[in-house]
Amino acid sequence: MLKILKYSFYDLIRSRWSYIYFLFYLTLGFVLLFLNNDVSKAVITLMNVIIVLIPLIGTIFGVMYYYNSREFTELLLAQPIKRSSIFMGQYFGVAGSLALSLVLGLGIPFVLYGLLRSNAIFDFSLLLVTGAFLTFIFVALSFVIAISNENKIKGFGYAVLLWLFLAVVYDGLFLMSLIVFEEYPLDTFSLVATMLNPIDLSRILILLKLDISALLGYTGAIFKKFFGTDLGFLVSMGILLLWTVVPILGLGHKAKRKDF
Amino acid sequence: MKTDTRHKGYILGCILLIFAQTVLAKTWTVCNSCGHSSIKQTIQLANAHDTLLVQKGMYREFEILVDKPLYIKGIGYPIVDGEKKGEIFQIRSDGVTLDGLFIINVGVSYTKDNAAIRVIRSKDFLIQNMVLEQLFFGIYLEKSSHGKVYHNRIIGEAVDEYNSGNGIQLWYSSDIEVTKNHVQGTRDGIYLEFSDQITITGNTSMDNLRYGLHFMFSDHDVYTQNTFENNGAGVAVMFSKFITMKNNTFRKNWGTAAYGMLLKEINDAEITGNTFEENTIGINIEGSNRIDYSNNDFIGNGWAIRVIGACYTNTFKGNNFLYNSFDISYNSKLNDNVFEGNFWSSYTGYDLDRNGIGDVPYRPVKLFSYVVNRTPETIVLLRSLFMDIIDFSERVSPVFTPDNLKDDQPLMKIRS
Repeated sequence: MLKILKYSFYDLIRSRWSYIYFLFYLTLGFVLLFLNNDVSKAVITLMNVIIVLIPLIGTIFGVMYYYNSREFTELLLAQPIKRSSIFMGQYFGVAGSLALSLVLGLGIPFVLYGLLRSNAIFDFSLLLVTGAFLTFIFVALSFVIAISNENKIKGFGYAVLLWLFLAVVYDGLFLMSLIVFEEYPLDTFSLVATMLNPIDLSRILILLKLDISALLGYTGAIFKKFFGTDLGFLVSMGILLLWTVVPILGLGHKAKRKDF
Repeated sequence: MKTDTRHKGYILGCILLIFAQTVLAKTWTVCNSCGHSSIKQTIQLANAHDTLLVQKGMYREFEILVDKPLYIKGIGYPIVDGEKKGEIFQIRSDGVTLDGLFIINVGVSYTKDNAAIRVIRSKDFLIQNMVLEQLFFGIYLEKSSHGKVYHNRIIGEAVDEYNSGNGIQLWYSSDIEVTKNHVQGTRDGIYLEFSDQITITGNTSMDNLRYGLHFMFSDHDVYTQNTFENNGAGVAVMFSKFITMKNNTFRKNWGTAAYGMLLKEINDAEITGNTFEENTIGINIEGSNRIDYSNNDFIGNGWAIRVIGACYTNTFKGNNFLYNSFDISYNSKLNDNVFEGNFWSSYTGYDLDRNGIGDVPYRPVKLFSYVVNRTPETIVLLRSLFMDIIDFSERVSPVFTPDNLKDDQPLMKIRS
């Protein structure tokens, strides 16, 4: 598995995709800090980018990579290698390289601009951790979609739809249900609904760490009470982990059954 | 010519009067080692219009009653220690001046509002250059008028609202100037109740537990050039008429229930040239009519202006709205207020005829802020992609927000 992981990883580097992705974050980080020299304000702007772009790039990249390396996968399948290690290797290769590009690409400019001396370091590391989680989650989901669909167009369609659902439609449904049931106490509902969507969960986790959380008012106080405790933090990290592990297991399961 | 001689007569009379007083008035020196070691006893010995010079030292006294016009001056900030036993100075006479004392340890009581200095039914008083620390209530003016509270420093250590008092409190008082005081760490920095014709100028009120300045049922008051910073809930102006607020600064009143300024049932006021910076809500307006908001700066607030309801014929002209999360939040579809000639940092229109006024009207109410007003829980969707999308579509064609709530003449450049 490690060999395949290494292969996928170097393949991405050789195809320059990792570089492009890395350079994108590097310039983003530098430009943001250049435009306003305040590390904690840059974290807010970055949050907007991260919760929208990372899932999108993760999804599209995952699907693309899977379909592109199909012939190589078939070649590997002919060898005496365990199926799960082939797919796991590919998955971790892609997700790992994307996450690494993100962490390095954003980390370098912020460290150069004096992150280590500022007190935003915890917020920033939370941002990177959730970013990495989102990468792993969405690459895994896209691999599952790709492996279940032979038809590339269909696969792409589903993957983009999934992103659209979690990033946009879910919030729309959430908003509608909040308005429809406004007569009822909605605190627990909104807490649970936020936890169920990894994008919303990451957004709230980061927001609560920033000054802007005061805007959340009384609802925010309930959220803060929950997420502010060690238990709440562990639960939300656990849910992000669950969102990562379940698709990976699904991938393993699908890979074993699939008839190539 | 006739009037001239009469004037001369007046002036001569005045000079004679002052001369007579200075001749008759005696100066008493109070110090720890000399004959008069107690402020209280010296006041009893003194006659009206005498001067008491309190020398540097420690005076452990409380309930000091000043019942005749006296000039009490501290030399080198003598300390008057109330030892937490009760009230310290009580003024029950016109024409009293307190100057340069350091008062500490006012007794905390749950039944009486003990103050460091209480003025009762008196006129023409002057309280200046005092330092008050470890207090319950600071300066408490009760049914008094025509006085001055000038350049005092009031530093409390309030932790809970129920066992702390206000820095400067005016109750049923009128025609008083509160100038250049510094109040911090009390419950309400400056509190006015049923007090009219008060001028509050150049004070700093910060780190107070509740409000920096609190108005209740007080009309025709003016406050200018004050700074209110980091107070638990900012400044509250309630149930008052004809208030003028000019060139004040409201900063960093940040928290889930904090406002730069809270207006409730305020009519015919003038709010001009103030700066609201980094408050959760710049101005929270409820039931306030005929108010003129002009030339204010709203910078980096969560909500710059939040209109809760029943606000009619207000005008907002020539204000700068810079980088607020929400410029205006509005809870009804009815709008009777005028927005004109403001600068909005999120305005994206153009100015083809180059007259400095944007050609496209600006709609300051975002759909999201409308939704949040209706269902507060929806604020959890703050900064999500979905909200950005529907905000954009609402801006293009308004459906939910009042369609006449717009600035038809948005400025292209920031008003300086």
